[in-house]
Amino acid sequence: MYKLSMRVTWVKNYNFDLCVYLSELQYFKSNNIRMKFQVNEKGYYGDFGGAWIPEMMYTNIEELKRRYLEIIESVEFKNEFEQLLKDYVGRPSPLYFAARLSEHYGSKIFLKREDLNHTGSHKLNNTIGQILLAQKLGKTRIIAETGAGQHGVATATVCALKGIKCVVYMGALDVSRQAPNVKKMKMLGADVVPVHSGNKTLKDATNEAMRDWINNPEDTHYIIGSVVGPHPYPDMVARFQSVISAEMKKQLRAQTGNELPTRILACVGGGSNAAGAFYHFLDDEKVELIGVEAAGKGVDTGETAATLTVGTPGVLHASKTMLMQNSDGQITEPYSISAGLDYPGIGPLHAHLHKTGRAKYLAATDEEVLKSVLLLTQKEGIIPALESAHALAALDKIKMNPDDVNVINLSGSGNKDMETYLNYFGY
Amino acid sequence: MNNRINQLFETKKEPILSVYFTAGFPELNDTFAIIKELENSGVDLIEIGIPFSDPTADGPTIQKSSEIALKNGMSLNLLFEQLKTIRETIKIPLILMGYFNPVYQFGVEKFCKKCAEIGIDGAILPDLPLDEFKAEYKAVFDANNLHNILLITPQTPEARIREIDAASEGFIYMVSSSSTTGAGKKVEDFQQDYFERIKQMNLRNNCIIGFGISDRATFSNACKYAAGAIIGSAFVKALTNDGSLKETIAAFIQSIKTEE
Repeated sequence: MYKLSMRVTWVKNYNFDLCVYLSELQYFKSNNIRMKFQVNEKGYYGDFGGAWIPEMMYTNIEELKRRYLEIIESVEFKNEFEQLLKDYVGRPSPLYFAARLSEHYGSKIFLKREDLNHTGSHKLNNTIGQILLAQKLGKTRIIAETGAGQHGVATATVCALKGIKCVVYMGALDVSRQAPNVKKMKMLGADVVPVHSGNKTLKDATNEAMRDWINNPEDTHYIIGSVVGPHPYPDMVARFQSVISAEMKKQLRAQTGNELPTRILACVGGGSNAAGAFYHFLDDEKVELIGVEAAGKGVDTGETAATLTVGTPGVLHASKTMLMQNSDGQITEPYSISAGLDYPGIGPLHAHLHKTGRAKYLAATDEEVLKSVLLLTQKEGIIPALESAHALAALDKIKMNPDDVNVINLSGSGNKDMETYLNYFGY
Repeated sequence: MNNRINQLFETKKEPILSVYFTAGFPELNDTFAIIKELENSGVDLIEIGIPFSDPTADGPTIQKSSEIALKNGMSLNLLFEQLKTIRETIKIPLILMGYFNPVYQFGVEKFCKKCAEIGIDGAILPDLPLDEFKAEYKAVFDANNLHNILLITPQTPEARIREIDAASEGFIYMVSSSSTTGAGKKVEDFQQDYFERIKQMNLRNNCIIGFGISDRATFSNACKYAAGAIIGSAFVKALTNDGSLKETIAAFIQSIKTEE
């Protein structure tokens, strides 16, 4: 019955496709068939996750926990969400066979072009979902944290779209190094609040957004930008991003005759684009899943953001997950050339996939990443984001056969990184 | 087994004054001197803050003090070392307050045992949620006669307040308004109906009001509705005043306790 409905799916149009897919989820649930890598009722993926919130956040999180599935699985929500993904975000994003890059590596390489989405990254998939959810919850004010500014821009964009007040917290250091995105957010009507505590980067912006939510418990929804934070955020954000892998399956079927690739590669900071790219392949254990963290200057240098390589289990931002920390439990400062991966934690789903061995995690250094940026630019005419180029850099680290089908989730465009590229490459 | 917190509530008739400070601030080795002077000044209960790199429930004052304390070299290990012989001199109840991760890394059971060994009476770990506490840690807290003080807020539903009351020992930390610490919302603005509502519930535990208590007026107003109140940010801020630690603390506590 399951197989049959999947087969029907492929010949239908995209809108219908997602409905069929969601009804299949319903089918799984109603028949009590558990998918192996979903959260349990307490919000855990194996040992990781949960909602380690102070009591001040209890009512908001409880409301979300109680209502998110009922809302996002309703027909009304699905229709609105799919319509906006199609007409506003520009989905489905192409699955592009990169011929010259494939020739270079001697293996078939496909790029899932999330960089072609409106606002230039996968981030909008999640913010569209969450703004619709916030409206259903009757919230009139949105807050968000941002690192590189991509999630901030994606949040400011949906707030403009829906006419809702928007406040974005951003580390003061990131404000100065990502000036164009700051100006974009302001032009979109958002208040951008620079955060001066700690290292003045993403972690500190997240702390401040959580404080804002504690101080505004009634009218505000917090749009977290990744698969991090308390349950139900990791599951909710993964569901909104799962459209990436739902499309991939269909596109692979059409282009290669097989919906399952050999492997999927995606960069991982908090891990939302990787979660979306892995989601519908998690139970297809033949598909190799590879997440690529930011090694920064090298995993042994102390200037790194490769959480799974150097981290240990702990609790940060209301989630039990792998963290970069010292033996006293103080969080250590991450480093990466890419502001979007510059985070000392990782989504609990990835901590679980790592622990169980379902996915493999590699790390790429700044230097390796910049080489890959130039390679893709000159082989394919596509300038990738620094974050996405981490996934590309992993192609040099793995063994590939000529007949393998490798899918890279190209999560974002390099437009925001032009200043870094121009300085580094000296054009 | 009796606990100093319970003894305090059993014997004390006037409102209870509890004071929070961040261990390792302003100087690394001020811990003992601050505790001593607070006791001398007539404070009933002390909350010793374990600094954390990411204090998400705290406002700017306690954030800053935590940052400086960590820079000074404070850690949970060192704090226990500083407190090792504290019960040779200090009689009033002592509570350790901090975020869960440093305690988790130290080892929760080891933490509880160490507290029992030293004579620490309670712990406040705001990001250790009720269900995790009950499922994983309540037994080990109880075995060491260490009270885990739980929080309620204006948004906490009644059924959950009952649940928190049932799981609490010592007292309930009643967060005055929806805010991070030191947010500066005046006690006059607090939802008095919330205070009244809690009072009407006749909980088995006493409540102490915290967050936004900064001076004599806010303290005595809060004490109309609860067994006492907690001063945190205002005291931490005062510690940076000119003058000796001893004089500063004495003057601050006197300003709270003296009728105008």
